[in-house]
Amino acid sequence: MSEALIFEKSRKGRFAVSLPEIGLRKEEIKKFIPPNNLRKKELGLPQVSEPDLVRHFTRLSQINMSIDTNFYPLGSCTMKYNPKINETLANLPHLCELHPYQPLSTTQGILHILYETGKMLEKISGMDKISLQPSAGAHGERTSILMVKAFFEDKKEKRDKILIPDSAHGTNPSSSSLAGFKVVKIKSNSEGEVDLKHLSKNVNEKVACIMLTVPNTLGLFEKNILDIANILHSKGGFVYLDGANLNALTGITKPGDFGVDIMHFNLHKTFSTPHGGGGPGSGPVGVKKALEPYLPIPTIEKNEDGYWLNYQRPKSIGKVRSFYGNVGVVIKAYCYLRILGKEGLRKVSENAILSANYIRKKLEDYYPSPYKEVCMHECVLSAQNKREKGVRTLDIAKRLLDFGIHPPTIYFPHIVGEALMIEPTETESKETLDVFINTLLQIAKEIEENPSLVKEAPHTTPVLRLDEVQANRNPKIKWERE
Amino acid sequence: MDIPYIPHTLKDQQQMLAEIGVKSIEELITVPKEIRLTSPLNLPSGISEMELTREVKRLSLQNSSLEECISFLGGGIYDHFVPAVVEHLASRSEFYTSYTPYQAEASQGTLQAIYEYQTLICNLFQMDVSNASMYDGATSLAEAALMAYRIRKREKFLVAKSLHPEYYQVLSTYTKPLGIKLIQIPYTSEGTLDLNLLQDEIDESIAGVIVQNPNFFGYLEKTNQIEKIVHKFGSLYIVSCDPVSLGLLSPPRQYNADIAVAEGQALGSPPYLGGECLGIFTTRKEFLRQMPGRIVGEAKDKRGERGFTLILQTREQHIRREKATSNICTNQNLNALRACIYLSCLGEEGLKKVAMLCLKNSHYLKEKIKKLPGYSSPFSAPFFKEFVVKAPISSKKINQKLLEEKILGGLDLGRFYPELKNHLLLCTTEKRTKEEMDKLISLLGEVNE
Repeated sequence: MSEALIFEKSRKGRFAVSLPEIGLRKEEIKKFIPPNNLRKKELGLPQVSEPDLVRHFTRLSQINMSIDTNFYPLGSCTMKYNPKINETLANLPHLCELHPYQPLSTTQGILHILYETGKMLEKISGMDKISLQPSAGAHGERTSILMVKAFFEDKKEKRDKILIPDSAHGTNPSSSSLAGFKVVKIKSNSEGEVDLKHLSKNVNEKVACIMLTVPNTLGLFEKNILDIANILHSKGGFVYLDGANLNALTGITKPGDFGVDIMHFNLHKTFSTPHGGGGPGSGPVGVKKALEPYLPIPTIEKNEDGYWLNYQRPKSIGKVRSFYGNVGVVIKAYCYLRILGKEGLRKVSENAILSANYIRKKLEDYYPSPYKEVCMHECVLSAQNKREKGVRTLDIAKRLLDFGIHPPTIYFPHIVGEALMIEPTETESKETLDVFINTLLQIAKEIEENPSLVKEAPHTTPVLRLDEVQANRNPKIKWERE
Repeated sequence: MDIPYIPHTLKDQQQMLAEIGVKSIEELITVPKEIRLTSPLNLPSGISEMELTREVKRLSLQNSSLEECISFLGGGIYDHFVPAVVEHLASRSEFYTSYTPYQAEASQGTLQAIYEYQTLICNLFQMDVSNASMYDGATSLAEAALMAYRIRKREKFLVAKSLHPEYYQVLSTYTKPLGIKLIQIPYTSEGTLDLNLLQDEIDESIAGVIVQNPNFFGYLEKTNQIEKIVHKFGSLYIVSCDPVSLGLLSPPRQYNADIAVAEGQALGSPPYLGGECLGIFTTRKEFLRQMPGRIVGEAKDKRGERGFTLILQTREQHIRREKATSNICTNQNLNALRACIYLSCLGEEGLKKVAMLCLKNSHYLKEKIKKLPGYSSPFSAPFFKEFVVKAPISSKKINQKLLEEKILGGLDLGRFYPELKNHLLLCTTEKRTKEEMDKLISLLGEVNE
């Protein structure tokens, strides 16, 4: 079922677009552009007809799993349903056909949507001010850590360390080191939460902040969150929240109420905007008062004349991207928040928690996790006990594909061996969850009876298991004519 | 209000709670009591799809879109024509509701599209390797500088003042915390980088030289002469360019660039207030393993069939953590897909044609405006689709007058360059017609006092 590359379909003389006549002679071009500024070689773009082009990309779409076609319980990614009304409204010509340098008087409608989205995020999180600029979660982290750095430089304090639990997302340490900080790893205790003793030992006047994910990547809410915040605050450090798991908390608690000073949101997780096969996302940041002056420019403000962009912020860390953020994504989140409202947001978290615990309960005897607590919106199971049959988590993930189910996140968090991190989200029905549960039970049975069936999986996908070692050893990153 | 996205009925919930062995969802919430909300969030209640549609449509009509106005705005975001197939194909929800293709067998559609995108970009730029995308042109450029810093282990960069000023600001935000120093090199009366000053500043302490071509003012830099100066002391040559211009103009490899980046919005994404960007990132083969971001490679499955998968992931944050080449995870995949469809649609001849139409329009407009009393064009270098005009009165007044006639005039350069007060940056894409340009010319003629 493989599809040829668009280049392999190219035939000289075909085209998929009609454009107006140019009416420009070769000599005229030379009059405008000196010869050595002109392109010498061909562009290397394919030549296909419009029907061929349409069929090619339609076929490619058909060899993809997606939320609209499959259950997709990727832990920490919150693959919830992406409402269609969001797409329709975000594509209105009067929203997407706008130039960033248009006069403000001609963009008041879109600025209203951006401003109000920021206000709603403030209320959901308990933060004092929001910037919608960061393009993704990791970008929000980087922006936030730069703000923390700017704060301490402003206060003439030399702090060069950031604390990060061993269960954290890889972006946390990466964002920290790109801002020039040293990363100190904090151990998890036997319950999967931050080890308070280890934390206390490492908090001092050199520590700028701790980066926490709440609930953590095991799906557990840090019971001692107030103590953690106190320990940091008592030495003048900040608490940063990686908002990847906010879907567990909306309407139940606010990060601003449990000691968080600065955080990012993932609109493409919690607030239903599509992942687009890897982006665009949107990673707004929220801060408490103390960090407000350092937000990136411009901020969106409102006065009696309407909305405007504020570039006059002398303590700002500056610009973190061109223009004002991934605007289309923000509009979709706005639509989602308006449809849900205050009651809906709480229902989201409640049902997400219910579904995750249902899966945990039904599967924990077969895929036992070292951490047996009630979980929040996601649960982490383990296939450690399958190793005696020679089966690994990767094999189970691949076997799920044969049943039309996208695998959970695997081998993460690193502190759980053979981890399966399952986040069902609130948008999946009980029937879907039951199919998933029964499939994993069947795979457990297959492992007992016929492990090679699982080890050789997948059997039904467009391509079978790929030789990644070879692909990395001899990287081929583009098509070249043989 | 009923929420159509949450399927659990009361009965479902009760069955699930019974299976779990608890009586209520409340019992499953492990958030400590003292930090739980005791009342609902201070937000409005939910509204219906019908009400939302009415609200958002009403708000959208408070904007004046490029559909109802004639736009001469450029400066990084462009009003290029997007064929209908791009929207149709990129709107396939199998593409847009999928996640990052970590499970290759379940994501061949996305992976092959990125592989095709990488090939298209490499061909267009004539560079060896491209990644799967960055956030936008500005952050792509900033990551290019960080890559050069890692490769050359030098801490200074020379940056053309004719680079987009907002790109410079982003570059500064990204490099400052690592102690990197940026030195700006002014432009000449031609509107391009001053080669003498570049020559004066270059030495073995410079990690890279950063230029934009065509530059922020729309003019072509002397890319070949710059190259000779840049490589004299082993600095890396970093170029930000306009991908549409490459249909006609020399690609970065032709002048020996080491890293070439671009804003790819023009390749099939709407302007969206600057909010649907695509960071293009390309470099030489020897720097492949230093590159930030995802890369897709070809692989064989166990039957020997061709497939595609993410490769060289040991550069990335989820494996290398604090030692990763970048912290980027989510990128702009859907915009890369749009660029892939757009370039495949335009093809070899189409993109050349678009570039030529831009060139023809900009030169027509510039010649006419130059002849208007009081107007002049201060810079003399060759240009592509943008150029600078000096106006006899304040740019603000001109743009106000134009807006009354539903024309979005040029970008006021005084905003970024105090010395360019009353200078307008005008842009013409292939979408501008002779009638539209004539309308602008006649209005400019009327407001010259």
